[in-house]
Amino acid sequence: MSATSARPSHAAQPSGSAFILKKALISAAVALVLFSLMIGVRTEAGPQGGLIYWTRFGDLAAMVGTVFGGSIIIELLRQWWGPVDKEHIVPKPVQAAMSFAGRWLAPALLVFAFLVPVIFYDQRYILDLSILVLTYVMLGWGLNVVVGLAGLLDLGYVAFYAVGAYSYALLATNFGLSFWVCLPLAGILAAFWGVLLGFPVLRLRGDYLAIVTLAFGEIIRLVIINWQSLTGGPNGVSGIPRPTLFGIPLDNSDDGLAARLGIDFSPTHRIVFLFYLILAMALLTNWVTIRLRRLPIGRAWEALREDEVACRALGINVTTTKLTAFATGAMFGGFAGAFFATRQGFISPESFTFQESALVLAIVVLGGMGSQLGVALAALTMIGGFELFRGFDQYRMLVFGIAMVLLMIWRPRGLIGHRAPTVFLERSQAISSDLVKEGHG
Amino acid sequence: MDYFAQQLINGLVLGSIYGLIAIGYTMVYGIVGMINFAHGDIFMIGGFIAMISFLVLVSLGFTAIPLILLIVLLVSMVITALYGWTIERIAYRPLRHSFRLAPMLSAIGMSFVLTNFSQVSQGARVKPVPPIITGGYTLHEGSEGFAVQLSNIQIVVVLATIVLLAVFTWLVSRTRLGRDMRACEQDQTMASLLGVDVDRTISMTFVIGAALAAVAGMMYLLYYGLVDFFMGFVAGIKAFTAAVLGGIGSLPGAMLGGLAIGLIETFWSAYFSVEYKDVAAFSILIVVLIFMPTGLLGRPEVEKV
Repeated sequence: MSATSARPSHAAQPSGSAFILKKALISAAVALVLFSLMIGVRTEAGPQGGLIYWTRFGDLAAMVGTVFGGSIIIELLRQWWGPVDKEHIVPKPVQAAMSFAGRWLAPALLVFAFLVPVIFYDQRYILDLSILVLTYVMLGWGLNVVVGLAGLLDLGYVAFYAVGAYSYALLATNFGLSFWVCLPLAGILAAFWGVLLGFPVLRLRGDYLAIVTLAFGEIIRLVIINWQSLTGGPNGVSGIPRPTLFGIPLDNSDDGLAARLGIDFSPTHRIVFLFYLILAMALLTNWVTIRLRRLPIGRAWEALREDEVACRALGINVTTTKLTAFATGAMFGGFAGAFFATRQGFISPESFTFQESALVLAIVVLGGMGSQLGVALAALTMIGGFELFRGFDQYRMLVFGIAMVLLMIWRPRGLIGHRAPTVFLERSQAISSDLVKEGHG
Repeated sequence: MDYFAQQLINGLVLGSIYGLIAIGYTMVYGIVGMINFAHGDIFMIGGFIAMISFLVLVSLGFTAIPLILLIVLLVSMVITALYGWTIERIAYRPLRHSFRLAPMLSAIGMSFVLTNFSQVSQGARVKPVPPIITGGYTLHEGSEGFAVQLSNIQIVVVLATIVLLAVFTWLVSRTRLGRDMRACEQDQTMASLLGVDVDRTISMTFVIGAALAAVAGMMYLLYYGLVDFFMGFVAGIKAFTAAVLGGIGSLPGAMLGGLAIGLIETFWSAYFSVEYKDVAAFSILIVVLIFMPTGLLGRPEVEKV
């Protein structure tokens, strides 16, 4: 494809009720054909092993009707909104309010995060959910180094998560090493795998890079499933030790934390401890990323994202730059994996599917790629949204897929479309992320 | 030797199916420059529609097998082609001038939509189908009682692939649509200046790719006798591997790559280990992309500054 294809000319869009009706009728007809067999007929393996089927024309009619109505609504919305590429200028007061909110949102969120276990001490469900959100915040920040800063599209990030989780699980169950010894080891091992993946893919760009990282993630998962003697195969590893507060266990034994402090034991102590542990780990990730961005290596990542050829011409070592990005991102993934293993107490290959990679990538993209605050907000939105569908497990990924497509159409640059540049002349000015390139590999 | 010959036959049949899917990848990549991540799931949808229409036809009282097969083929090709058209219209066309990652992510989202749509609408369990085309020939009776078999279904799969390839090659090289497609592949702006309807050509590319994937889905259904909602993912990656191995953008390359992947997978399963056959296929993808990024028949990509 030529990179400089012309924009299609926007001919005057016809409007009026006849046009809308015609469009809706066509959509409904298409939907009728698409869904006729897939929804109108339901098949299932019968009791004798043969296939049986029954018809669901009511559902089919409902779906076609929904498409018809939805098409009318979308068309009306589109005419009300005007052409998509029209500039919608934000008025000055709103801009000022937004910049104020932007300045105070991060500290407010941070304070709130620290207070969550205090406010919701009795609500185990909310604590568990917050831990999950923070795990994804950490994963998102880790992947952000690779995708957002260095511009390398990585579809196999879950591989490093898996390496971290299995490193801790196997080291702890086989050699009895404690969490605090295993945590750096898990990070180092994951970083090692990151470099191992990074070396061969150095020359690849864009889509090819994405597919190779995807294949790499699948290979790791398949090896975990099939190497039964080491990993337990599909049965996973169970009985993974819980973390300790630097050697003090958080249980109701005599030398447990509760007994030493002379307070009554409660299982919530462990949850609160896990919460602060993942919060600290996530903040460490954030802090390291922010610091790295100001070092030459971080600048080199961003330069690499913008233009690899120019980077080379300026004498930046592309090899080490890419490898450090992969290794750093992988290391944080490994840390998060070790935390995941100790929190669950049980891991199996099912937790490390491609869907997980796609979810983390969606968080980074939704967060505006490169914006730390955006990633955190996106993780909150995504995982919170997932929780809304808790009762409808099978619809969850369907809705996730639809949301991903709609998001790409509506705001391909993520929710936070502006960012502060790392380097600036004289004064810092927020730039639109439309001006930033991503994913050229 | 007999064992080898049998694996060769099995590998060629499997490779034909991969090749049919790979053509869809390679065409879309050639023209739009994106990996249609949802293409593997289009193949799965094709298999499902073939399965459902087969079931409905049999229960309506049709008994002539060739007639049933013909109707099933047409129905699944038409409906799946419409799926391809709709997906391009909804998920890819609005993003054609967006930044580079957007179509890829949209395609991943679409792949989730299709997988979970068929899971929700048809259930998560594997759908078995009784053997429709039975019988076959014994080519060679071995000394240890091992016979080289060539079943009728294998003949049908290979024949259908050859016929489709012939039609498709004619379409690309001799018709107006094929010329438009080749023009768009070279330079979309120039093509549109010369009166080629680029949007329509791209739509047709998706339609043709989806129709070929539907045939592959139907062949898969006939050959293995089952469909399930998750089969598109792995088959899709393998077919993409085939497209890359053959040189992405090259149509004979896609078929060649498909055959190569089918043979490699079959021989790997036969002589090494069945468990690691997917690992073998994915490793080939990585190795090919690293050492031979242009594939067997592809043109080298020139990097522009």
